[in-house]
Amino acid sequence: MKPFTVLTGIVAPLEALNVDTDQIIPKQFLKRIERTGYEDFLFFDWRFREDGSLDPDFEMNAARYKGASILLTKDNFGCGSSREHAPWALDNYGFRCILAPSYADIFFNNCFNNGILPIVLPGGVIEQLFKEVRAKDGYQLTVDLPAQQIVKPNGSRIPFDVNLFKKECLINGWDQIGLTLRHEDKIAAFEKRR
Amino acid sequence: MAKNIYEKIWERHVVHEEPGQDAILYIDRHYVHEVTSAQAFEGLRLAGRKVRRPERTFATMDHNIPTTGRSKPIEDPLSQQQVDTLEANCREFGVRCFDMNDPDNGIVHVIGPELGLTQPGMTIVCGDSHTATHGALGALAFGIGTSEVEHVLATQTLLQKKSKTMEVRLTGKLPRGVTSKDVILAIIGKIGTAGGTGYVIEYTGEAVRQMTMEQRLTMCNMTIEAGARAGLVSPDSITFEYLKGRKYLPDKPWDELVAGWSSWASDAGCTYDARVELDVSALEPQVTWGTSPGMVTGINGKTPVLAEIKNANARLAAEKALAYMGLPEGLPMTEVRPNVVYIGSCTNGRIEDLRDAARVAKGYKKAGGVDYVLIVPGSYRVKEQAEAEGLDKIFKSAGFEWREPGCSMCLAMNPDVLEPGDRCAATSNRNFEGRQGKGSRTHLVSPAMAAAAAIKGHFVDVRNWEFK
Ligand code: SF4
Repeated sequence: MKPFTVLTGIVAPLEALNVDTDQIIPKQFLKRIERTGYEDFLFFDWRFREDGSLDPDFEMNAARYKGASILLTKDNFGCGSSREHAPWALDNYGFRCILAPSYADIFFNNCFNNGILPIVLPGGVIEQLFKEVRAKDGYQLTVDLPAQQIVKPNGSRIPFDVNLFKKECLINGWDQIGLTLRHEDKIAAFEKRR
Repeated sequence: MAKNIYEKIWERHVVHEEPGQDAILYIDRHYVHEVTSAQAFEGLRLAGRKVRRPERTFATMDHNIPTTGRSKPIEDPLSQQQVDTLEANCREFGVRCFDMNDPDNGIVHVIGPELGLTQPGMTIVCGDSHTATHGALGALAFGIGTSEVEHVLATQTLLQKKSKTMEVRLTGKLPRGVTSKDVILAIIGKIGTAGGTGYVIEYTGEAVRQMTMEQRLTMCNMTIEAGARAGLVSPDSITFEYLKGRKYLPDKPWDELVAGWSSWASDAGCTYDARVELDVSALEPQVTWGTSPGMVTGINGKTPVLAEIKNANARLAAEKALAYMGLPEGLPMTEVRPNVVYIGSCTNGRIEDLRDAARVAKGYKKAGGVDYVLIVPGSYRVKEQAEAEGLDKIFKSAGFEWREPGCSMCLAMNPDVLEPGDRCAATSNRNFEGRQGKGSRTHLVSPAMAAAAAIKGHFVDVRNWEFK
């Protein structure tokens, strides 16, 4: 897995509640058997018009958000289907970090397993960030995972919480299967016991 | 100390725990389907790993497969490739696969309980959010992502943090014509689609005790729509009766099995981190009006009036949803007119669901304004049973289509796709934008409500139905 330490990048806003994984990547793109190449399918029904051109009404399509690596959004992001194609599409598109007041459980886990950092921030902080992002072209944030802080352009800092085990895995880019297999003897003993 | 069922299952499945780390939890059953497994098997191959416990792993094909006949290859080459890939992976890694033509084939969450693969006290996972379904039998069952599928294949364990628990106590007696589908929709309406996030729910109370196993399966199935990963019901005599004679039960004396299973039930006096209570005796049949399962009201309710919604975010969401759904504010639900009806899915594709729908349809014909009605059994066994009872004939003479089993129009990955603007009364579990086809509009209801809408051409209160 790709390690995540400190990320500085453009922030793209997605103003919607309960964005489900069907919206993040619609089902017609779940038939592929690869893990990559999903970038053009991200938010497909919102991003593209019938004729395949970018929909100018979809805020993230604006030129100023090109190359964004941080997604700013609202409550219960990633609800619905467990499809890991959702974090794959976000990652393939270039997002490495998400900021929202809350996430759906399965999606939240899937992010960590793909080197994406989903950060939970209070609703008020998120609202403020929406304002700031829209107010300034090329608005960037620095996400410092080891320090558990987000640094704003003016230098002020927003602290955040993260599961310490997941943090360690992300920073080191650890392969979880490898980690678990270090306890192979315990799994074998467990199987024998029952 | 008195323990609830989640605590009991958790404790007996922790392989290893270190402070500050997620626990390693043993997985008893791993269900696999074609959409979320290819990349996991590929990961194993790349790392030179094996499936640790192939005998605990069972695969089925359900999402991509056509429901019109299985003799020809699948038209969509990508769907065919996904199905072929699963078959090849199962062969290579020694996993039992219920392929498209296997008599035990069906939707993963229908066949697990039906074959007795799902049993009380088990930990069960699948790369599918509706794995929550299996909790109805008193198993801890939840959906996982593909990386985790690979993890379980390789290690037969999962890294997990212990969840909080929520008791959803259902009091009162379910009125006639009101089903567990209506109950779960009402629960989601009450606690919201994120109301259960971070929790495992246990359903308790007299209304749950009176439910059949299939009703419980429907309710647990949609627990994920309330944000909780797992929903459980403590096993009781209804559970054991249901399991009797199922194909994959352990080869042990019945009394011994029942004694073991009983021990998983929550102890009297156990506690939970949160508690919700709902009196079901006053409940009416539910219909969703929006693009999230929590956007729901009773059949005698109306679409919302935006000015009456105080929370700005919720108002915005409702406004967007009504626009997408093509519905005005304050419209009585009985005036909503679906042009397609879909009865099936892992929520409501079981035999009791089909019986409910057939009872309503019997002696009637589909309404002129309804273009077509799809009846899709959840498995081959369900299909066979329905045909033995003559339900297929009732449906066909009502002008409904009788199909082969599969996920079908629940997520429309196979050819059963709605056209933009189609309005569908569906017994499935998600009414998200585009879920059943780009631009399609979904109203979630119970099987009886869906059948009634197919006959009348608009939603009606099935409690007043004139059965023939
Ligand atoms: S029926 Fe629908 S919800 Fe159930 S497993 Fe199939 S696609 Fe998923």
